[in-house]
Amino acid sequence: MAKSANTDPAEWVDRYGDYLFRYAMLRRRDRSAAEDLVQETFLAALKSRGSFSGNSSESTWLVGILKHKIADHFRRQAREAPLGDGDLREHPDPSPFDGSGHWASGPADWGGNPADLYREKKFLDQLTECLSGLSPSHANAFTLREIEGADTGEICKVLNVTETNLWVILHRARMQLRRCLETRWFGRKTGKEP
Amino acid sequence: MLSCKDVTRLLSESMDHSLPLGKRVGVRLHLLICRFCSRYERQLLLIREIIRRLAVPEDPSGPSTGELLSEEARERIRICLANG
Repeated sequence: MAKSANTDPAEWVDRYGDYLFRYAMLRRRDRSAAEDLVQETFLAALKSRGSFSGNSSESTWLVGILKHKIADHFRRQAREAPLGDGDLREHPDPSPFDGSGHWASGPADWGGNPADLYREKKFLDQLTECLSGLSPSHANAFTLREIEGADTGEICKVLNVTETNLWVILHRARMQLRRCLETRWFGRKTGKEP
Repeated sequence: MLSCKDVTRLLSESMDHSLPLGKRVGVRLHLLICRFCSRYERQLLLIREIIRRLAVPEDPSGPSTGELLSEEARERIRICLANG
């Protein structure tokens, strides 16, 4: 494909602004940080325009740049705030298990739980809130694994943790997020023996 | 015999790498008799499914749904690009 597929950068904001912004918002969960990421992405794209091969679509190319910027942010955050002992404890407080490792209060029945909830803005808001409630290292690991779909080896490099520690972090993040979504969205009845 | 606490940890791990056979069997046996842990597994997989769908960026030229860039940010970025 010839380079003529490129659009005029003056059109980028209208064409791709909202698209990149939503992508950044889901991963950074902060309005002004997401806006800055969009701006930095466009500026980096402007500089490297000559190297855009036209093999991918322009939007894919821009998202690729944005992905790198988000990973850079996670990397920086991991350097500045390394894991503490609290980050590697298996369970959030209070532990959902009793002394013998059985559920003290089990997961509630979520009812029909349709997978097309992802279309609902209100659900997205609750999910974002729940993710923001995790510690930064847990939220970042979860974001890379479940939202970005990165493999664990890659995530270990970005966050500078061992694979064993990453498993603990992801376990804890999933457990906490599940509980948060249950409280804020799904929860109808508390977990009595079903 | 694995406890619920062990099983929840292994269920999460199985979403990140494949467990050794012995552990896999232990988890499956536990799930046969434990409705809470079965429910836990279903819910983790549901959350994964919802998030995966959410994470697929929609077509940029399609209709915009959800969050939009603020007018202020739009303007700032335009100026920045024009001077860049």
